[in-house]
Formats: sequence, structure tokens, C-alpha cells
Amino acid sequence: MLPDPNSLYGPLDPAPDAGWTSAPPRMGFFTDTSVCIGCKACEVACKEWNDVPGSGLDLLGMSYDNTGALTANSWRHVAFIEQPLPARHRAPPFAGTPTGGSVSASSAAVAAGTGNPSGTDPGVPPGSSDAAARMAAGSTDATANGAAGPEFLGMPASTPPGRGTGAESRTDFRWLMMSDVCKHCTHAACLDVCPTGSLFRTEFGTVVVQEDICNGCGYCVSACPYGVIDQRKGDGRAWKCTLCYDRIGAGNTPACAQACPTESIQYGPLDELRDRAAQRVATLHERGVTEARLYGHDPTDGVGGDGAFFLLLDEPEVYGLPPDPVVTTRDLPAMWKRAGLAALAMTAAAVAAFVGGSS
Amino acid sequence: MAEAHPVGFQWVMEAKRRGARVFHVDPRFTRTSAVADTYLPIRAGSDIALLGGVVNYILTNELDFREYVLAYTNAATIVSERFGDTEDGDGFFSGFDPETGSYVQDSWQYAGHETDSGSGHTGKERDSAAGLQHESHGAPVGGATQRDETLQHPRCVYQILKRHFARYTPEMVERVCGIPQERFLELARAWTENSGRERTGCLIYSVGWTQHSVGVQYIRTGAIIQLLLGNMGRPGGGILALRGHASIQGSTDIPTLYNLLPGYLPMPHHADHPTFDAWVDSIRHPGQKGFWGNARAYAASLLKAYWGDAATPENDFCYGYLPRMTGDHGTYQQVLNMIDGKVKGYFLLGQNPAVGSAHGRAQRLGMANLDWLVVRDLFMIESATFWQNGPEVATGEIVPQECRTEVFFLPAASHVEKEGTFTQTQRLVQWREKAVEPPGDARSELWFFYHLGRKLRERLAGSTNPRDRALLDLAWDYPTHGPHAEPSAEAVLREINGYEVATGRPLSSFAEARDDGSTAVGCWIYAGVYADGVNQAARRKSRHEQDWVAAEWGWAWPANRRTLYNRASADPKGRPWSERKRYVWWDPEAGEWTGYDVPDFEKTKPPTYRPPEGAAGPEGIAGDDAFVMQGDGKGWLYAPSGVLDGPLPTHYEPAESPVRNPLYRQQANPTRKVYAHPANSVNPSPPQEHSQVFPYVFTVSRLTEHHTAGAMSRNVRPLAELQPEMFVEVSPELAAEVGLDHLGWAHLVSGRAVIEAKVLVTDRLSPLRVDGRVIHQVWLPYHFGFQGLVTGDSANDLFGITLDPNVLIQESKVGTCDVRPGRRPTGPALLDLVADYQRQAGIVAGRPAPTLTPGAFTAGSATDGSADGDGGDREEDRDAS
Repeated sequence: MLPDPNSLYGPLDPAPDAGWTSAPPRMGFFTDTSVCIGCKACEVACKEWNDVPGSGLDLLGMSYDNTGALTANSWRHVAFIEQPLPARHRAPPFAGTPTGGSVSASSAAVAAGTGNPSGTDPGVPPGSSDAAARMAAGSTDATANGAAGPEFLGMPASTPPGRGTGAESRTDFRWLMMSDVCKHCTHAACLDVCPTGSLFRTEFGTVVVQEDICNGCGYCVSACPYGVIDQRKGDGRAWKCTLCYDRIGAGNTPACAQACPTESIQYGPLDELRDRAAQRVATLHERGVTEARLYGHDPTDGVGGDGAFFLLLDEPEVYGLPPDPVVTTRDLPAMWKRAGLAALAMTAAAVAAFVGGSS
Repeated sequence: MAEAHPVGFQWVMEAKRRGARVFHVDPRFTRTSAVADTYLPIRAGSDIALLGGVVNYILTNELDFREYVLAYTNAATIVSERFGDTEDGDGFFSGFDPETGSYVQDSWQYAGHETDSGSGHTGKERDSAAGLQHESHGAPVGGATQRDETLQHPRCVYQILKRHFARYTPEMVERVCGIPQERFLELARAWTENSGRERTGCLIYSVGWTQHSVGVQYIRTGAIIQLLLGNMGRPGGGILALRGHASIQGSTDIPTLYNLLPGYLPMPHHADHPTFDAWVDSIRHPGQKGFWGNARAYAASLLKAYWGDAATPENDFCYGYLPRMTGDHGTYQQVLNMIDGKVKGYFLLGQNPAVGSAHGRAQRLGMANLDWLVVRDLFMIESATFWQNGPEVATGEIVPQECRTEVFFLPAASHVEKEGTFTQTQRLVQWREKAVEPPGDARSELWFFYHLGRKLRERLAGSTNPRDRALLDLAWDYPTHGPHAEPSAEAVLREINGYEVATGRPLSSFAEARDDGSTAVGCWIYAGVYADGVNQAARRKSRHEQDWVAAEWGWAWPANRRTLYNRASADPKGRPWSERKRYVWWDPEAGEWTGYDVPDFEKTKPPTYRPPEGAAGPEGIAGDDAFVMQGDGKGWLYAPSGVLDGPLPTHYEPAESPVRNPLYRQQANPTRKVYAHPANSVNPSPPQEHSQVFPYVFTVSRLTEHHTAGAMSRNVRPLAELQPEMFVEVSPELAAEVGLDHLGWAHLVSGRAVIEAKVLVTDRLSPLRVDGRVIHQVWLPYHFGFQGLVTGDSANDLFGITLDPNVLIQESKVGTCDVRPGRRPTGPALLDLVADYQRQAGIVAGRPAPTLTPGAFTAGSATDGSADGDGGDREEDRDAS
């Protein structure tokens, strides 16, 4: 029978909901990008501990990001976003130097055309030049950010870096860094659609793929609202962050959080992390970093809140994150209902036709 | 710092969390700048002008911590009337000798000590990089000094300093460094406002600062600021060097340097130190104040540790066995000697000069001209395969079949595969355990050298040749364990600590070292690390179980003291400067110094103690002389000796610069070391002709993702894929000027080499306005080479060899080049391109440009000698002689 519609979205403690009795507190990540220094220790620690294969040796030109995206072979991904925008609590870094116009948008647009052959599917597909340029030029919604960023004035071919429009000199600059990871959603669509039970909810409330059960159907790939889950070419199986199920089961910290030198990645009971995150945002606001905001912390959002949530310094789109993710199975009951009604109606019609025909 | 030292940077982020403001000064906007509160772009090689600007800001606004400065620095000391400043000599201090390109330091001395202090002529000191000795103590001062406590005397250090830096104004900082004035003032204000009684500031630099032809003077300028602001010897203060590797401090303490022995004892010179007594007296300076009076005990105990029973007072502890210096045996002189066929064999450990050292081509050509080369490394590095895969093979300069060097590659154990210690920048010695067995034939250094020594001694056993005695008489007896007979690292640490020869009892401090052969000490400053027979470096008491100084975590030399000169954390009367900055103080009731740290002062010497007339050694240090290792007990704002290129830092342009020195007619450091060798060259700088051939400034440094010359990261897939290709970062403005495209190719040409790289056009680089001109800088990572999972041209190939005169460290953080779009030529055409540039620039092999700017040096600025407009010949004469 269909489950209670409420368990597909809205606030929920997922482990007991999945049938765990006396589950430990739900564990998760709080990634504070305001202290991320982009060292990528998380990426390396993750690969070393989990024996994740290589993901290609290509210079992507997306600032210092040569990983490209979360894939089956990269379970942590540090995004770097260069923007000619003011970090309003900070002095403009290039004020007073003989600069011309900004190049961030053009460079990002060029870089977006280079996919990284990560050995996975869909891997790192070439991005949209326009979208990349918009990200690098500033927030998707300039008014929301309080300052209009320089506009991207066309395709890279028509305005090569530095040879653009002779725009006024750039003075502002900021370099955003963010370590992305599987969100371990409260309502995980990947898990909902998995036909083999390979994806399962752990006692910690996290979502893990059991590689020996995965049959490579790929339903989870299209189900994920964040585009996290991905398949390895060759064996076709899906792989992603396990929140180091083996480590946390033994009372240890996940490899990435353990390696993070600045405590940008924090691991702990989700309730505690949410309190800590709220305090951190308040502190930053007091210090004038008004752009700080949380992402994925809200249990009432479209996925019931994330087990791995973030403190961001701009709109989520700037980091390549969906602004309003919704669990893709949220509408399943309604769809089933509608499909059921349709089936009933068709059956009724067919019956009527036969009945009518015999009369 | 976030780029090169991400783990240490966690503490900067922690400070930031607590409200600290972070300033970052760098030619490019890095990951550090991204989280800093204020970023200041700077022209590479102009740091003395910036720091000098801060000194001037402090003095002009009288923001120095006056009580501290007066009591603990030499601000009040009167300098010789013969002293002449660079402000009057157009870039030359008094005493310059144009014949040798070095200074006679007599006129720099304190008044009345012109003949009994310092070392006079410093030509020889430069060859032996003698400045390094002063890492642990100042140069000598003979007897009492004249002082003016009002700081008004025109020749007191304070006034000299004020005059010397008077022209280093915010306007000049902007003109030289390209830093807008208001940004500079923001920095100067923050630094001074956060220093004083209640607050202290810490200056942290990384080794890039040392890689300049004026590198030592960069750090000297920092030291002057920290002394003026009262930031030395106090908690939260100091100057800390972030080293390039985990134990570079350790490898200076127990040196891998040609001119030092353990504990900063100088390596003897064949002419100056013919006997043990002459050598020891040159260290302890009989009659001098301070703690080096016991140098004889440290020296005798070291030789006793080397030669054991064979070392006796009667034979001067086998002093005759010690190798002697005859001149410059620095790494760059060695490489040029290799090219010239003067070196037969070479051991290369933990180093990859084919990629990491300046002028890679010279490095590779040198190594290709040996009889044998032993390379010990974790991976097959460029320095082991240059004869086969190096760029000179492609150009035809090295023919693999004919290359005469026989290379022996020996796999080495990594730091997790062997036990031992790391000594970090705070002098903290930390023991580490072996985590895993080394794979295959990989072995520790300890194993390699112990068994190499053992086998050599077995080969020589029974030899009657006198030259073999030094090896045969060595005390070469260490316990071993395991299937490979691994020597015990703890036994080595115990020997470093020192012990009583008769009983074997480990010493508990260097005060127990004796000069009669009754003690053996491997490194006197480490005495105590094995006190009571306990490995003190292995202590791991949690910081939650002890006070914040954490004295029971590891062990710091000397005597487990965490902050040097901590007597300065109390005022002259011995009271803490403030409650907040309480650290070490005088307890009048107990009659001793006490506090959180081990006091860096004689425990029971009261603050009121004044030395009797003519007192020497520790007795000569007064109760308020906080800088106990200095000959006058004072922190040196002005260094009358010990620094070869001047008692005060002066802005000189880098050896290669597109800019004329805005401050002095002398363009670059007149004492810098230049080698007139056909393999070496220097790109022309103004006022020389043709400097426009190399119009751009390039600088190199690290990426977080890679480590130094890349062996440990380019061979490790998870790291290699994070920065998989050699690239050059350029500003949008330069990209437009040269015609470079993002992710396209560029090649860079210097007088030595041409290299290619992918282009990253980024807003993180910015042109600078310097002296009215727009100067473009490009940045390159120096991690790439031709071996490993990811490869690329080596940035350090672009550099020539020009050295700092004090320590013979190369200028490899700034140079000039041309930048061109597209890929470089290959094969012989590559050599043609370099030759073409050399022709355009007027570079002639083996004839470097004069170190003295024509017309800059006049007789008036020296005590003797006259103008020498043709320094090029001078250089040649010197090297030919």
C-alpha cells in the first residue's frame, strides 16, 4: 500500500521512520564556507579513506577547481568562485591599482566548456557558458545581493578575457570556496526509487549505497534533486559519500571533517550542528558579514532538511546549488492517486464499453 | 600561508574567529587573501620599502613602546662617528670595499669599539655564509657601551634609525611597492595599535622571504619593527619562520649545511682556525659578555661525541679530524664546480634540485657531469632521471648514451615509515613513532648512513693511511633492531642530548657540559631533551591537562623554553608589563624569576643587578639585560656586525627588476653574490640598457595541492589530479597586452630558459603603478617537472643564480622575463630562442653585469677606495684569482 503521504516530505527523524528502534541521534555535516580556505584536504582524505578512484588529470580552468563536480569518483568537491563583487565587510582588494575590467565571467564561461572525463556517468558534463558567466559575474539575482555585479557581455569568443568593453576599473573581488558533499536528505529520493534496496537509511539517519547490491539501474541518478549521485563507467554502479559509515559506526569522525584544518567541515549530532550554525550566522551578521545564510538546515524545506547543510556567503545558485530543492518523489502519492484514478476511469470506460456492447 | 601552510593557518582562522583582523600582503590574491580582512598587492622584491615604511610610521608618530625600547634594545647606544649611512652614500654604508664587493665593518661599530668588535673585513665571511652562525646568538661586542638615555644624541641608534628611514614615507611605499598609501596606513595603524603593554603582535614569514638577494635584511626589518613595538620575548609576539618542510629548523640546529656544526658551532676554516684553541676562541670571544663563554665545553663535548675514546684533551679531542672550509662550498658553487668537472660524486637526499633549485638547467648539466650520483627518495624524481628524460635531452645538450654520471637510486622510507623527531619553527622537538613498515627496499636515513659508515669502516679496517683515521676512530656504535638491523633512533637522541662519559648518565642541561672530555654532547642546545633518561620529545600531555604554555608537550630547545628572551615579558624592575600579558616575572620574596615558562635569565639574578667593572661572560649581563645571548644584552635595532650587507636594512631592487631604484643610485644589493660562470647570467635591469627585453616581473610559490618540487604530490593520484597541469596566472590587463587566452598556452623567456604553461587569466592578479609606470607581474607554481603522474615545465628554470651575501640563499622569488602567447619551440630551436633573447639583452656568457651601479659608488661614501665603474671586470678578476 502507499505510505503515509507525510513521510515523503516535511520534518521527520529519518532513522526511526526507516524502522530503526533505539537509533542514535541523527548525525550530519555542517560546512561553514566562511572559514573554508579551499585546501581540498577533504577531497584527498575522502579518496584515501574510501579508496575512491582517480577522477581525471585535466586542468579545468574553473579557478582552482579541477574536480568539476560531485561524481562517483569524487565524493567531496570544493567549488571555487571568483567574482568582481564586494565582500562588504572587507576593503576592496584592488582599489587604487591600475586595473581594467573584470575577467571572471569570461574565464568562467571558457572553463564551463571543458568537461572533466571523470570515468563516471554523467560525470562532469560541460556546463553552460552563460550560467557559468552569470555565477562568476555575481548573484543570479543582483538586487537580492544588494549590489549589481558587472554583467557578462557575451560569449567568450566575442570578448576574450581582458579585451572586452573597456569597462571601468575593477576594485572589488571575492573568492568564494565551498566543499560540497551528498546532502543526506531527510527525504532521500535516491533511496525511495532504489529497486534493489542497495541504497538504505542507516541508524545515523544517513543514506548509504551498498555496492554489492547495486544493480546499476541508475534510477537514483535522475532522482537526486542535487545531481550528487553518479555511476562509474565500467561496472555501472552508483557511488557517493557514505558519511564514512564505517568510521562513524566505530565512533570516529568522517575522514573529510577529520582532515579539515579550519573546522569548516564540522561533524556531529544534527541538532547540535543546527544550533551552532544559527549562532555562527548571528555572529557573522554582528560583524557585518550580512551575506551569511544557511542552506539545507530547514526541516520544512522541499527535502525535509539536509543531513549535510551549509553556511553560504551568497545565493545557492552562485555555488551551483539548486535554490529550492524538492524531493523528486514528493508528488508520487498524488501521481499514484491520479494514475489510479485514470486507471479506474479507463477500467470503468472499458467495462462500460463491454457492458454497453453486449446490451 | 593558507596556500603553503594550510594546517598552521587553522590558528589564523581561530584568531579570526575571536575577532582578529588579518592582513595579507602578496603579489597575487591567494587563498589567504580570500579570508583576510585586508589584502595588499605588492611588487615582488619591494618588502624592505614596505616594512621600512612601517618603521618610519612608528618613529615619526613616536608609537614605539618607549620603556621597552629604552631598556631592552640598543636604541640609546652611541655608534662610531665614522659611521656613514646609505642616505648619505647613495645606497652605500661606510666601509665598502669595491675590490671585493664587501664591507669593512669597523666604522659600523659602537663608539669606542671600532677595533675590538665585529670582524673587520667581511669578504671571507660572505664566502662561508658566516651570518648563519648568528641564528642562535649575536655577534660580539667588546665591553661596555656609551649610551644616551634621552635618545637625543645624533649618533645614538634611535636617531640613526630615524634618519635612515625618514624617506620611507607612505608616498615612497606607494611609489616603490605599488601599494596605495591609504592601504599602507591601514596596515601600519593596525600593527601599531595592536602592540604595547596590553597587546602583542606576531610576525610570521615563510621561506619565500629568505629567497631574495636582500633576504636577511627583510627579516631584519621585521625584527626592528617587533623590537620597537615591544613584541619580542613576550607572549603572542615574536618572529616565526614557517619552514618549507617539517624539520627545517631541526636541520639547521643539527645542520645539513657546509658552514655549521651542531648547535651553531661554526665549521672551522683552514686558515683562520688552525688549532682547537683558535677555533674555540673565535666562538667564545674571551672577555665578551653573555653565555657563549662556555663554548669550549660545547665544542669539546661535540668532538667527544664524534670520536669517543679517541678524543682526549691531549689530542685536542681529534680537532684535526674535522673537515675544514676553504671558501664557498655552498650548493650553487658546488653545481658550477660540477659543470667544471671539479666534483666527482654527490649524495642527494630529500632534495630535487633538477626542479626545486634556481637555474634548473645548470643543476641538471652539473649532475650530468659526475662520476656517480646517489639519489635517495620516495619516488623516481627528476634529479635521478635528468640524463634520460630531462629537457636537455630534447635540446641535445645531454646525450643519454654518453652521459658519464652513474646514478644509484635508493628508495627511502617516508616520515611515517621511520621513527625520529621533527623540530618546528618554535624550536619544539616532537618525537614521532613509526606507523607502518617501509615498503620493499625502502630504508630510513638513519639505516642508510649507519650501515654506510659501518661498511666503509669495515673496508678500511687495518688501514695505516693517516687520512683514514678520522673514519676509523669514529664512535660508530648504535644498538640496532629488527630484520634490517635498524639503528635505534632513541639512542641517537640520547647522544644528541649528551651524557657523562664515565657513567653514561644523560645530561639534564647544557650547563653540565665539560671541556675536559668527561661529557659527550651531540648538540649542546638540545641538552635536556633526554633528561633523566626519558625521551622528553615524546611527551604528549593534553593541553586540557596543563596551562596554556603546555610545557609538557614535546620539548623545546634550549632548556624547554617556549619563548626566547622572555625576561623581556617583564618590565625592567621585573614586574609583568600588564596583567593580560603576564608571562615571566621576578618574585622578590622567593628571590627568583618565575612564571609560566622557563625564565630565559639566570634564575636568581635580581633585576637590580649591575655587573662589576670589566665583567665578562654571564656575569657581565645586567639584571635588566633581557637579550642574554647578545654581547651587550640588548635587542639590536642596529646591528654593528653579524649582518654583512649593512647594519640597517636598505631597499635595493632585486637583481633583476624592470624598475630603477627610486631611493638610491645604487640599484641592487652591492654585496650580493654573483657567479661569473658561463652557465649563469643575470637579465639586465635599469640603468643598464636592454632591460625592456624582459619587461615583466615573475614570481613563483606553492599551491596547497602540491609540495615543493612535486615528488611527494605529483606522484600521488589524489593530489596530482587537484592541480594536474603547469599554469601561469596573468591579470586580464596583461592577457590583453600580450594576447593570451584563458586555458590557452603561453611561454615565458628569461636569459636562462624558456618554459611553457597553460594560461589562467584571473582577476586575482593586478598590474601595479610603480614610480609612475604600470608594472605587470605573473605568477607560477614551481612544483612541476618531467616525472610523475602530472608533468610540466619547471618554473625555477627561469631563474639565474644570484645570492644573498649573508647566507648564500638564491634569489628565487623574483625575476624578469618576457611572456609570449603559444607553445615554446622544441629541440635545438628552443636554444636558439634563448640565444636570441640573450643577444637582444646584451647578455654575454660568463660576464655578469656589474654589481655596482655605474656612478653610484663614490669615494665619499667609503672609508677608503675609489669609484669603480667597471664592476664586471672586478667580478671576473676575483673569480679568476
